[in-house]
Amino acid sequence: MNANAQMIAEPAATVAESGQYLTFLLGAELFAIGILAIKEIIEFNELTTVPMMPSCIRGVINLRGAVVPVVDLAARFGREPTATTRRTCIVIVEVQDSAERLVVGVIVDAVNEVLEIAPSEIEPAPTFGTRIRTDFIRGMGKVGGKFVVILAVNRILALDDVAGLEGLQLNGELADAAKPAVTV
Amino acid sequence: MNLDQALETFFAEARELLQAMEDALLASDDADSAEDNVNAIFRAAHTIKGSAGLFGLDGIVAFTHVLESVLDRVRAGELGLDADLTSLLLSCRDQLCALVELAAQGIAEPDVATATAGADLVQRLSGYLGGESVPVKATAQVAQPAARSDQVHWHVSVRFGRDTLRNGMDPVSFVRYLATLGELVHVETIATGLPEAAAMDPETCYLGFEIGLRTAVTRERIEDVFVFVKDDCDLRVLGPGNTADDYVQLIRSMPDEDTRLGEILVSCGSLSRESLDLALEQQSVAPKGMAHPLGEILVQRGTVEPKVVEAGLEKQRQTRERRTQEGQSVRVDATKLDQLIDLVGELVIAGSSVGMIGQKAGISELNEAVSTLARLVEGVRDRALQLRMVQIGGTFNRFKRVVHDVSRELGKDIDLLISGEDTELDKTVVEQINDPLTHLVRNSIDHGIESAAERATRGKPAKGTVRLNAYHDSGNIVIEVSDDGGGLKRERILAKAVERGLIAPEQTLSDSEVYDLIFEPGFSTAAAVTNLSGRGVGLDVVKRNVAALRGSIEVNSDEGKGTSFKVHLPLTLAIIDGFLVRIADSTFVVPLDMVDECLEMERGLPPTGRDYLNVRGQVLPFVRLRDVFGVAGGSQLRQSIVVVKQAGKRFGLVVDTLLGEAQTVIKPLGKMFQGLKGISGSTILGDGKVALILDIPALVERVEHGETATLGKKDRLVA
Repeated sequence: MNANAQMIAEPAATVAESGQYLTFLLGAELFAIGILAIKEIIEFNELTTVPMMPSCIRGVINLRGAVVPVVDLAARFGREPTATTRRTCIVIVEVQDSAERLVVGVIVDAVNEVLEIAPSEIEPAPTFGTRIRTDFIRGMGKVGGKFVVILAVNRILALDDVAGLEGLQLNGELADAAKPAVTV
Repeated sequence: MNLDQALETFFAEARELLQAMEDALLASDDADSAEDNVNAIFRAAHTIKGSAGLFGLDGIVAFTHVLESVLDRVRAGELGLDADLTSLLLSCRDQLCALVELAAQGIAEPDVATATAGADLVQRLSGYLGGESVPVKATAQVAQPAARSDQVHWHVSVRFGRDTLRNGMDPVSFVRYLATLGELVHVETIATGLPEAAAMDPETCYLGFEIGLRTAVTRERIEDVFVFVKDDCDLRVLGPGNTADDYVQLIRSMPDEDTRLGEILVSCGSLSRESLDLALEQQSVAPKGMAHPLGEILVQRGTVEPKVVEAGLEKQRQTRERRTQEGQSVRVDATKLDQLIDLVGELVIAGSSVGMIGQKAGISELNEAVSTLARLVEGVRDRALQLRMVQIGGTFNRFKRVVHDVSRELGKDIDLLISGEDTELDKTVVEQINDPLTHLVRNSIDHGIESAAERATRGKPAKGTVRLNAYHDSGNIVIEVSDDGGGLKRERILAKAVERGLIAPEQTLSDSEVYDLIFEPGFSTAAAVTNLSGRGVGLDVVKRNVAALRGSIEVNSDEGKGTSFKVHLPLTLAIIDGFLVRIADSTFVVPLDMVDECLEMERGLPPTGRDYLNVRGQVLPFVRLRDVFGVAGGSQLRQSIVVVKQAGKRFGLVVDTLLGEAQTVIKPLGKMFQGLKGISGSTILGDGKVALILDIPALVERVEHGETATLGKKDRLVA
């Protein structure tokens, strides 16, 4: 099992080093992101929608003068887009995309706490049952007898994938959705 | 000392010197400054060789050494700088350039191609070296018959080369030897070239001497004293045959040393120390307020000729001016500049949000202070943006080489006339305009200018002319590439366009529409394909590149007289004059230069199901941005139409509200939005919200594409 866990942890080894994770809620489910990838957490307010983008890219925000894209995690997992409430937050994460560092905001329903999860407490992801693409999951952390889904942020925010989604929409839908009144 | 840093400096300097060398080579057929040019070329090669030696870049040293030997013969007047030699020297410059770039990448050994090219060039260079005849110094040719019988006064001015000590020479020994020829009247050591003690290199010679000598020997004998160092020292010998003019010249040509006027004259030997002292005394004795400048006193006393004083004064002034000019320019890392501009952009945003709060609060004192602040911030921003402005002259000068090479290759005789080189524009624009301009210039040379025979039959001068011009025009810069060649052949373009199915045979087109056809991909009317152009690849790329810089191209042509391409470009890519509009909750920016007019859309007009309007008797198609962007919600009661003009076509954009114009700093959208068509970037508004900048051409393309597709499917939705 140990070997298995290591293999899973490998793609994001840098994050795994610390063993600290930020947990947050998406719907009623608890998720976690390695703390080293996180730059800051801000309140959700003013967001500018960028038209003609897939629904998982909610728009852009002004982060002290820099324009930062915001991704809706729920929509990325193929669920209903997050409805914003008073507790909705944007977690600003920094991911490595090929040669560049990319700063992206992630919408979550509520931020919980920072937890220490020892590598031995992390189980490999089940091949099905989480209703999330398996490559998005780095492992299942055991915290107080409950499971937390530890996310592979680099995979989730991988550019080619997100852009690929958009490409799909462009190619597939452009023909019949050139009048995107359809999508409304 | 950090050697890497020194190396960086060497590479930067070498590139500049190579540029100077190229400029000088290209200007070498200019008779007026031929000597200056040859000297400049030699100096460049010599300096590169010297510095490269310091860093142990032996490849560069070895190659430059051969080059330098040939240049030395040119400088000595033994070799004429004809077209062939100029071309060879240009190739050598390129080779040197390649070697320097390789070294800059840390590659000590050149690759095989570079090495072979180098060996080939050395081979060709040595052809010019031939049997080494002893070079004759130009100065020795103007030998003066010296009075043999009695001793006369000679003035010897010498500045030793930097390497004198390294070459094993002792400057003092020359002075001692001079003393054996006659009587040393006066020896003045010129040590003004000596740097601060910390910066001094003990192995470098910084000295010069001004020597007064009474002797009976000839000029040649005196010059022969310095024979061992004559290649790298600056030697002037003035004697009985020389007039005041020669002294004037000597003052002018003296290396820039901050010597005082009197001392310059004394050390020249045209004024004795005593008369200087006397004159100085008079200056200090004279009552305050009446003190005459030293020069004037000397003239009054008849000690020196006015001309000599003038030259001395002039020299002093020039030295001072050059000093200040040197202090005026600072080399700055481009990224630092970008960071500054980013910060200033944020300052503008922060400033305007303070302004908004002030207005909301209604405190008049605050508002006043804020408006002063806003003005200052705007000033800072304008200055900061100006920092990025560079003159286009540097880019233009590169085309001298292009014209030289291409016209030689084609066997055409072509002149390049450059004007407006001091026109300034943003550095990023300059960098990106180079390729399109090269295309246009090559195009002019290859297709525009006819062969000499053809030109003769048309009564034109055999030498063709290509003009590059730049000027500002209402916030834009216009770069003009024109030639006096054959012009565009309207009929041939039309025929070709019909043949390729671009237009229908019966279609009537205006001149500009016809000329626009040449920008179609794969369009070429050239009968023969040369290895330069004629393949029809190029002008479409040029157009696309220019469009990417938010610019446009205009063609004017007069058949038989020439063609002119006018490239209109924005001054900067960092800022855009925008027109703000609102659609639902979002704000969008339409580039202001595209906005033609704004119309109010009457309710219920036009009927749904058609997307065009009748505006003063003309059809105006429009795009409902709400539909294109798929936004819902918000009031749709009073919509407006922004009429935009793009590529000569007018069309409308239906928006919810017009918000007016604003100058905004462009922020690129991240990589995540790379594939997004219709939005070119973003900007941050005064209230901190992000607004998206519309990319009108892409948007229209998207709509046109979409409409064709939907209509094709026969299921067009009624909006």
